Amino acid sequence: MISEALTNSFDLAIAAIPQDGAQDAGNSYLGILLRSIFVENILLAFFLGMCSYLAICKRVDSSVGLGIAVIFVLGITVPLNWIIQTYILAPGALSWAGMPDSDLSYLQFLTFIATIAAAVQIVEMAVDKMSPKLYAALGIFLPLIAVNCAILGSSMFMVERNYSFTESVVYGIGSGTGWLLAIVSMAAIRWKLRTAHIPAPLKGLGITFITTGLIAMAFMTFSGI
Amino acid sequence: MTSTAAPETKAPLFGEEEKRIVLDPMLDQNPITLQVLGICSALAVTTRLDVSIVMGISVIAVMAMANVAISLLRNLIPSKIRIIVQLVVVSGAVIIVDQVLRAYAFDLAKQLGVFISLIITNCIVMGRLEAFAMANPPWRSLLDGIGNGLGYAWIICVVGAFREIFGSGKLLGFQVIPDAMYEAGYVNNGLMVLAPGAFILLGVIVWVLRWIRGYTEN
Repeated sequence: MISEALTNSFDLAIAAIPQDGAQDAGNSYLGILLRSIFVENILLAFFLGMCSYLAICKRVDSSVGLGIAVIFVLGITVPLNWIIQTYILAPGALSWAGMPDSDLSYLQFLTFIATIAAAVQIVEMAVDKMSPKLYAALGIFLPLIAVNCAILGSSMFMVERNYSFTESVVYGIGSGTGWLLAIVSMAAIRWKLRTAHIPAPLKGLGITFITTGLIAMAFMTFSGI
Repeated sequence: MTSTAAPETKAPLFGEEEKRIVLDPMLDQNPITLQVLGICSALAVTTRLDVSIVMGISVIAVMAMANVAISLLRNLIPSKIRIIVQLVVVSGAVIIVDQVLRAYAFDLAKQLGVFISLIITNCIVMGRLEAFAMANPPWRSLLDGIGNGLGYAWIICVVGAFREIFGSGKLLGFQVIPDAMYEAGYVNNGLMVLAPGAFILLGVIVWVLRWIRGYTEN
């Protein structure tokens, strides 16, 4: 399932190449994808989405479900917030409506979180209507996601790094994939840890943090790529 | 205040119960080490002590404001849309804190960057709104917000202090590890400044605190 998700996002990155025409742009899309999955993993390098990560990562199957839901929601909300940022909120963005002096960027947090909450709600209803099977798998995870800081964080990073629209799509899917990788590997390790002899006060949260630190260290070695 | 406090006029304004509300989150019910809430920002902003302090104060301010606002509105909010209402109230409080920081501490605000905005999705804030402010009067909610904010703030200040001392040999920008140590071959531990160091350090702090309190997870 992971490899499937990975191939899917790689396909997307490759499909993004001819859209811009230039080979350089294609490289940078692949670069953004790899950076957001491995080097700047949203969970292991920026600590985002820790709460649901710590709550869910006890079981592998629910980790995969939540991870796929995160990829799904990130792939939708990051580009959506890009549109809102570029055409409504940024300084001078309302010039198409005849208001070139407008600067609504102070409303950024409120609009982004409202967009995310609304998008999650709509996605949930749409999935329920169109694919009951997918809903049964993802349904319980979707409401959790509205308050997952990885989702809001990715949108904020997208603004901070001045991504273009296509880049924001690639970045959204990439950081979701990175999150999925981190949570699934952690879930697998925690499964093994259940039978390990750990000092009682270190059990649970403590050892999870230390193991996450070691995974983060492993992911840092990707920064050479 | 008078109308809301009316039913409890017999109780003192800051009695045993209020004291418990403020002090419990420090150790016994600490949001980070025991309730496992709000970890994201606890790690990201703690590379230096001054940034941790500002983040701690911001979280206390947001929690106090949001808790009071939700507590005042608690009988008016339909339970179906309460999450959205809570998110809007918290975003409002975070916008206020962000604008104040940009006005008075621009450099620090720049360093905190996106993490100020991420207070919105900090689970401590949402968790306390849901668990406490929805069911308690404003004065107690204010105390609960401040108490949990402080419980969060002191942990991130400890993490920040450790990471700054061992990562760069400084504390609040002043050198604390003497030159003699460096001459004797001591080197700063670069790992502390990076993400893995934060994870491992917080893991150890959780371990120590749980050991002191005798708490174990099943």
